[in-house]
Amino acid sequence: MARGTTRRGFVLRGLLGGGAVTLGLPLFDCVLDGSGKAMAATLGGGRLPVRFGTWFWGSGVIPDRWAPRQTGADYDLPPQLAGLKDVKQHVSVLSGFDVPLSGEANSPHFSGNIAVRTGSPAEGWQKIAAPSLDVLIADAIGSGSVFRSLNLTPDGNPRTSYSFRNGNAMNASIPSPLEMYQQLFGPDFQDPNSANFTPDPRYMVRRSVLSGVTEERRRLMQRLGAADRARADQYFTSVREVEQKLALQLQKPPPAESCRMPAKPGNAAASTDIATRAAAHKLMSEMLAMALACNQTKVFNMAFSIALSDLRRDGAATGFHQCTHEELTDRTLGYQPTVDGFVTETMNAWGDFVRAMAAVKEGDGTLLDNMLVLAHSDVSFGKNHSVTGLPMMLAGRAGGKIRSGLHISNGGDPVTRVGLTVQQIMGVPADAWGAGDCRVNRPLVELYA
Amino acid sequence: MKFPRLVMLASVLGIAWATIGAASPEGEATTPSAEAPVATAQLRRLTEAQYRNSIADIFGGDIKVAGRFEPDLRVDGLLAAGASTVSVTPGGLEQYEALARMVAEQVVDAGHRQKLVGCGPDPADPDGRQCARAFFERVGLRLYRRPLGPSELALAMANSARAQKLLGGDYYAGLGAGLSGLLSGIEFIFQIDNDVADPSRPGHRTLDGWSRASRLSYLLWNTAPDEELLAAARSGALMTDAGLAAQADRLIASPRFLVGARALFDDYLRFDDLATVSKDASIYPGFRADAIVAAREQALRGLVDLLIVGRGDFRDMLTSRRMPMNGMLSPLYRTPVAEQGWSVVEYPAGDPRGGILTQIAFLAGHSHPGRSSPTLRGKAVLEILMCEEVPAPPANVNFTVVQDVSNPKYQTTRQRLEAHLSDEECASCHKRMDPIGLALENFDGAGQYRRTENGVVIDARGQVDKVKFNGAIELGQVLHDNPKVPACFAATTLRYSLGRRLVPADGPLLEAMKSRFTAANYRVPDLIRAIVTSPAYYSADLARPTGQRLVRARRAGGQL
Repeated sequence: MARGTTRRGFVLRGLLGGGAVTLGLPLFDCVLDGSGKAMAATLGGGRLPVRFGTWFWGSGVIPDRWAPRQTGADYDLPPQLAGLKDVKQHVSVLSGFDVPLSGEANSPHFSGNIAVRTGSPAEGWQKIAAPSLDVLIADAIGSGSVFRSLNLTPDGNPRTSYSFRNGNAMNASIPSPLEMYQQLFGPDFQDPNSANFTPDPRYMVRRSVLSGVTEERRRLMQRLGAADRARADQYFTSVREVEQKLALQLQKPPPAESCRMPAKPGNAAASTDIATRAAAHKLMSEMLAMALACNQTKVFNMAFSIALSDLRRDGAATGFHQCTHEELTDRTLGYQPTVDGFVTETMNAWGDFVRAMAAVKEGDGTLLDNMLVLAHSDVSFGKNHSVTGLPMMLAGRAGGKIRSGLHISNGGDPVTRVGLTVQQIMGVPADAWGAGDCRVNRPLVELYA
Repeated sequence: MKFPRLVMLASVLGIAWATIGAASPEGEATTPSAEAPVATAQLRRLTEAQYRNSIADIFGGDIKVAGRFEPDLRVDGLLAAGASTVSVTPGGLEQYEALARMVAEQVVDAGHRQKLVGCGPDPADPDGRQCARAFFERVGLRLYRRPLGPSELALAMANSARAQKLLGGDYYAGLGAGLSGLLSGIEFIFQIDNDVADPSRPGHRTLDGWSRASRLSYLLWNTAPDEELLAAARSGALMTDAGLAAQADRLIASPRFLVGARALFDDYLRFDDLATVSKDASIYPGFRADAIVAAREQALRGLVDLLIVGRGDFRDMLTSRRMPMNGMLSPLYRTPVAEQGWSVVEYPAGDPRGGILTQIAFLAGHSHPGRSSPTLRGKAVLEILMCEEVPAPPANVNFTVVQDVSNPKYQTTRQRLEAHLSDEECASCHKRMDPIGLALENFDGAGQYRRTENGVVIDARGQVDKVKFNGAIELGQVLHDNPKVPACFAATTLRYSLGRRLVPADGPLLEAMKSRFTAANYRVPDLIRAIVTSPAYYSADLARPTGQRLVRARRAGGQL
């Protein structure tokens, strides 16, 4: 039986001009290769996989009311984090990490987010050169699951995503609980605990019609300019990823003890009202927990709100973002009360997310124990778009590789130290990460177990 | 170099994915950048509308295309320009593959195969190979907008035969699988330019007839080329000035040109952003969720009627008192309509409504969910209508005074905005944006007319480029008379037509089109015809600029 890697190598050669042209595939050339074996080793009753994800919210925090005073495991919960009380042991707070701007302008709601994600604050979308770190991690561990990564947002807009190969290639989000259910648990879902498994030949057909490489296509690749060629390569890379996914559908999935089919959600309209958003987010978080427990993916991104935050309250003329800039600081309280409410509710939603992951039993612990989630915002203090002390948090223990429930207070190192750390924990072979003043080579060893 | 800075008052659009061109500091919107010539793209991803229209034209309007498409990317103000920078992500490919299967399964199902396939295995063709060949030759030409090459045809047939075996011998299911492969191909999902030596200009490259057919058809009709256009490509007619003009005239004279023009206006005015607009139900109870859909339709109908059907002066869109109206919109406009469906109302002189800026699509689209925003409206006028880039606001903003509605000095939005203009850094940009938007303050965040705000009569005086005026109607007239507005539209239309940013070598073509637009008394069909009949529009010298061609491109750029 031909091995998939061989065939893919062949496709690549065909595309890049060297090899013969394939006009067809052997009938049953569809079963897995090296990565399939790797999958069997991690999923099939062996070690449980470690999953990585990000959780994003827009418009930051009020730093004095968000950052704990005490460091280490006994950290206090400031008012905006009060809702994390029951999950504090799972959550590490990372305060005091900065985005060095190297003399460039701080592009509001953009520089901070992009620096955390790509290792450098780009000047505009199209100037983003590096992939976001979830993509780097998915490249390292994403194969062998049905979805290489899942991008999610409860805000109804597939454009709400901060996951990209570069500034021209955003991975669009699944924008609602119902669509998420249909994509993950719809007709293509194969219950890993089902006793019966019959490979469906339709997956073989789908895979084979995607795979052919023609002489005409080879010539096209030769005459494209460099930028177009990169875009065409990206298309062909996507083709290969879909082929791999279809190949997985032809294998009996290894059993997954905690996998249960979730209930189908209703078709509620997305909203910018924070209470409605939080409810949709909770549904999606619980569904994501099942998607992870069912080995549908190992990498995900959840965007609770867009950078700068679109959240508001029904009936109020002014939303979260406008309030950060416009609300007067209450002289008695010493802070902006409406902003404080929005941040606190956003942090409560983050608590919902952590709780949903911790609620699933897996092995001797919980699903969350086998996860690493990086939560962060686009700015620290929304009022002035500050990117010093950018708020970040981690949840999960990455399969026992790290400690959780710590407050690490840093004195202004680049945010990229966190990005480098999570990549290393997730097995990305990187000894340094970031560009310019953001380039770092020291992970946060104090997190290591 | 320090730019004048600007505080965007609570720009909700900030860095949403669709607004890159608007928010990014890179590149000017109208003038080609001063950088050295770069290769222009040869790949343009079909927009969702182009994909849908192509399927409907090739296989029939009853073929269902249901599913999400990968989001488009706005570059330099246009999704059309973003189409030459995007590719297909894995998630996007999965969606294309699902759409391809959905379409292919319908084409070969029992209800369609007679009409759309028209043959099958029979005694003369027992395994159906001849039928499959004829089918793929026919639909392949339409889908790839050129004849399939030998290995493409062979692959489609081999895919079908293999699938037939795997699927229990079902001939048509096999054919559907082969078709699904074609539909998932980069050759269908992207318009791909192919160039040849220019027969009329030795040493230059130009697009071949098939690529010209695609350009004409996707620009003028927003869909795949029809049989006649493909025949003109095959015969070589599209490589001659006369043949090109004949096809351009045929396409522009067709009612389907209205579809193409509508797509241009939709992209020009960034109406895709309206898809995510919602209004607070308790603040604007009359604004139902689908009102914004009707408002978009209203604006597009009005533009197509005025500028294409009526061949009106482009500038009149800013002043025209005729507006399409339906039952959904009439309460918001407080304008009764007698008829079901759409009819046209004409506002009398003296009425506050007139021109595109007084329509709900513009007014509500550039407002917050619960209030109006002179800044967003002013920014939209500068960027969309005048091609003036508004730089990103400085990071360290503080304008709490804007929110201080309890202060008796600041009862209206104008008073609050003017107070915050005392900040010099903010003022440099806000004094350009706000006076435009303030002229529209008689319309609230949902686009409804109002005379007062918090009990104070609204002062709607404004200013554009040193010209002072009062209210929305005068704003429309001032913009109507400002030469930047039609020049900007000509540049935008050229970018839209080329499907990319302009580069220095486009300078002569851009200047020529601006002059032609003026000389044609600002008739939009004439502008578009001038573009598609210009040899420069099909030049492929920039696709891979090397050696001699690079030097020429630099020279052309140097003439700017």
